[in-house]
Amino acid sequence: MIPVCPTTALPPGEAIRVDGEEPIAVFNVDGDFYAIDDTCTHQDASLADGWIDGCAVECPLHASCFDLRTGKVSGPPAKTPVRTHRVVVQDGMVYVEAGIAADGAA
Amino acid sequence: MSPTVAVVGASLAGLSAARALRNQCYDGRIVVIGDEEHLPYDRPPLSKDFLAGTASLEDIALSSPDDADLGLEWRLGTTAVGLDHLSRSVLLRDGSEVEADGVVLATGARARRLPGGEGLDGVHALRSLDDAIALREDLAAAERLVVIGAGFIGAEVASTARKLGLDVTVVETQPVPLAGPLGPDMGAVCAELHADHGTRLLTGTGVAGLIGTDRVEAVELTDGTPLPADVVLVGIGATPNIEWLVDSGVALGNGVLTDARGATNIPGVVAVGDCAATWSTSAERHVRIEHWTNALEQPATAVATLLGSADPAPSPVPYFWSDQYGARIQFAGSRRETDVARVVEGSCADRSFLVLYERDGEPVAVLGMNQPRLFTRWRRQLRSSVAALS
Ligand code: FES
Repeated sequence: MIPVCPTTALPPGEAIRVDGEEPIAVFNVDGDFYAIDDTCTHQDASLADGWIDGCAVECPLHASCFDLRTGKVSGPPAKTPVRTHRVVVQDGMVYVEAGIAADGAA
Repeated sequence: MSPTVAVVGASLAGLSAARALRNQCYDGRIVVIGDEEHLPYDRPPLSKDFLAGTASLEDIALSSPDDADLGLEWRLGTTAVGLDHLSRSVLLRDGSEVEADGVVLATGARARRLPGGEGLDGVHALRSLDDAIALREDLAAAERLVVIGAGFIGAEVASTARKLGLDVTVVETQPVPLAGPLGPDMGAVCAELHADHGTRLLTGTGVAGLIGTDRVEAVELTDGTPLPADVVLVGIGATPNIEWLVDSGVALGNGVLTDARGATNIPGVVAVGDCAATWSTSAERHVRIEHWTNALEQPATAVATLLGSADPAPSPVPYFWSDQYGARIQFAGSRRETDVARVVEGSCADRSFLVLYERDGEPVAVLGMNQPRLFTRWRRQLRSSVAALS
């Protein structure tokens, strides 16, 4: 499990990037945490810089939207989904289990 | 016979219209007519990754596997040459006709050519996939590129060509490039990217003509200077593809004239994307927008109009971007001549900044260079303030 940050450091409506070989973006949507690949499947944009709209994030560059729960993409120009990762909250800390798809994600 | 909608134009606006029709529960026939042989593809990479050879045709295809479920009838490689507004049939170059109950005009725009440049090898414009392939092949064997026009396309091609190792000169008639969209101060800042990366930029300089017999050898400037060139890229704007509608009864101006919801003066005919001059309530005139995001978003409203909905037109915040020399430039909002630009983050010298354009103290537009996160927040803010106003 990769430690991300204390829950208090990631308030609702915010996102944080976890750097690594394949960076991961972690989002707080009204108290629920979601993690997906940080790099947009279209080009080189960081989805943690994106615009959170309900349960989706809009890529900061060309506005493809990815569902934070499933990783699915809603519209062009991106065509492929991003991977989701399971998030665990323990003792006030946010962790991600990189490579393990979030529950309920395809 | 089942109802039919003809979508004339098979690029982003046309494809978005077809998707919107299905999204809005239209289950009749959809015929998509395109003058190019190719299925819809994304144009922005044509001056960037595709031109550099780092993105493939497959990478830039716009259709996704889900589109197979749309049940579209493609008529590719056929140009529409006329529209009969009484029967609403679209006439095609091959002599056939597509009879339709509704028509979406999405024929886009074409690159403006330089008079006298026709028939000279090595002279290119960049709009279509075939243009990009031809330019790419020519650049591979060239040493010197002259770009005429320092707009976004010109700047992006210059940047890609520098990356490929060419010697690049950009010629611009205006004293400051991009002053139209960005204002003179910010246009000047963005134009400094050329010098940063070893591209020569000549401003306030017109082009007198092209020199060469079969193949271009030089570009002659208005002061008589010849600029030697193996390849010339002409990036001097685009013209809407509307000539085919001249006898159709559809009202035309600088584009197909529509109301704010995409309706033309002919019932059952709507227009979207680069070919449409849409009424803007805020600007109080018809505005033709050539932005990618406009071609993506506008069709949903026009299709709703076609299908009979009367919801008010959304008031989107125009947005465009440009990637040059590794710098990411993003702009959103509607700027006027008299708006005041102010750097609110970063610095122009560092090529990383955010600039707000203000009118009477209120932000109306935002420009970012290498500031995607902050830019996105401002873009969102502009969206909600525009929504609140309307
Ligand atoms: S980089 Fe994300 S949509 Fe283009």
